[in-house]
Amino acid sequence: MLRGMPLPRPDHDTQPFWDAAQEGRYVVPRCAACGVGHWPPGPMCPHCFGDEIAWGDAPTRGSVYSWVVATHPVAEVLVDQVPYAIALIDLEPGVRVVGNVVGCDPSAIQAGMAVEVFFEEREEGVRVPNFRIPSGNLEA
Amino acid sequence: MGAQLREKAAIVGIGETEYSKESGRTELALACEAIRKAADDAGISVGEIDGLVRYDMDPVDEVALTSSAGLRNLRWMSHTGYGGTGGNAVIVHAAAAIAAGLATTVVCYRSLNERSGARYGQGSTWMSEKVGGFEQMQMPWGLLTPAQAFGMFARRHMIEYGWTSEQFGAVAVALRTHGSMNPRAMMRKPITVADHQASRMIADPLHLLDCCIESDGGCAVIVTTAERARSLRKPPAWIMGAAQGSGTRARGIIFRDDLATTEAHFTAKDVYASAGVGPADIDAVMIYDHFTPFIPMALEAYGFCGRGEGGPFVEDGRIHFDGELPVNTHGGNHSEAYIHGLPHIIEATRQLRGESSAQVPGCEVVLSCSAVAQLSAAVILRKD
Ligand SMILES: [Zn+2]
Repeated sequence: MLRGMPLPRPDHDTQPFWDAAQEGRYVVPRCAACGVGHWPPGPMCPHCFGDEIAWGDAPTRGSVYSWVVATHPVAEVLVDQVPYAIALIDLEPGVRVVGNVVGCDPSAIQAGMAVEVFFEEREEGVRVPNFRIPSGNLEA
Repeated sequence: MGAQLREKAAIVGIGETEYSKESGRTELALACEAIRKAADDAGISVGEIDGLVRYDMDPVDEVALTSSAGLRNLRWMSHTGYGGTGGNAVIVHAAAAIAAGLATTVVCYRSLNERSGARYGQGSTWMSEKVGGFEQMQMPWGLLTPAQAFGMFARRHMIEYGWTSEQFGAVAVALRTHGSMNPRAMMRKPITVADHQASRMIADPLHLLDCCIESDGGCAVIVTTAERARSLRKPPAWIMGAAQGSGTRARGIIFRDDLATTEAHFTAKDVYASAGVGPADIDAVMIYDHFTPFIPMALEAYGFCGRGEGGPFVEDGRIHFDGELPVNTHGGNHSEAYIHGLPHIIEATRQLRGESSAQVPGCEVVLSCSAVAQLSAAVILRKD
């Protein structure tokens, strides 16, 4: 788990995401009219411009779309934490989110690799969802 | 998109301060010097400037310049958004204002102490204890700097099209070759692809030599009407066409449907229609090179090669000053200086005046484009 990273300052568009995360749920915004999700959370559907957002549970698994491995510590607090992977993860159509791929050597990451959601408790007591290699338990 | 801007305006003055790691001066001082030099280059007095375009990220505003630089007669002012796109977006705005009769002589500028001040490559420049907006969906996972965000595009092109790090190295070599010929350049020691490969990894797949440098300095460009341009000191660089583009959907750079389709694909169509020319008419290209992979991406977007072909295209010296399609003959953000892309339009002007340190023989039409995968802008210039 990364230490010393900025924590979220939720706003009207993102509050439901962070509220659910504190309860251990990964929720995403979907359009009440067309049903398609989007990311990051916004006030309106970017596909049909409907302005009613219906939040719902995301799939617990996603796949890696792209990634970088942060090897150079860009902040003092990262000096003993590099390397770490930062990935773009496809959760469902329209929803591609950021996470680390935890529990795997960053050099082993591949495009399309499956990852699953889990929750980290940051030192400030804030729960932040993240991703790891599936344990094999489909309910994980 | 039509010919509304075609040769209604021209670039007539360019000015630059020294580029360094530590200017030892305020950004206001850098802006004042660059503007004065650009006015001198054009052979006008600063008081004749009646329009101004600034980058919205610039620390120096209009008010500071009216009191310090002698810009006492401004009647039209504008800002352009989103970082490095400004390098060409400022020229788009200036040309539009002149075509509309809102101003006759417009100065565009960028001044920054980005090396001695807040460095863009440092997380601390962007981080705070709590972050809002799209950053709350990036920074908690340690996605903190431009190299990390733009590295995602490089990786995706490697996945989809088989691009290689050595191809990015070929870009770095071309930029440094040009930098080695440029007396203004901060980085002049030639490099090889092997040096690129040996440079430390920053945000894998991006090595250190895939990342632009950090600099202190200021630049200014003066644009004026067709009528006035003909009577000034230097031959005008005629603005044939200019365009900006948003693309379809992108927030925080990386949140988009397709990391292999950039905003520049949209801008390209408009800038060619605006100028009435196509890729085959272009003699040299200046591309906002924050990271090396964005040069092949821009070359695809602007139609110099097919989709996915940018990686192989940049090999074999093709983008060197003496190659088939010279790119960034000043050394770009990687070797000359990082003044947020404004030096690129200055170099385009130099090429058309025949004053480049890596002069392209018979250079008559230059495309200058910026911020491939962000809000995007492009300008096509023609020799007098
Ligand atoms: Zn919708």
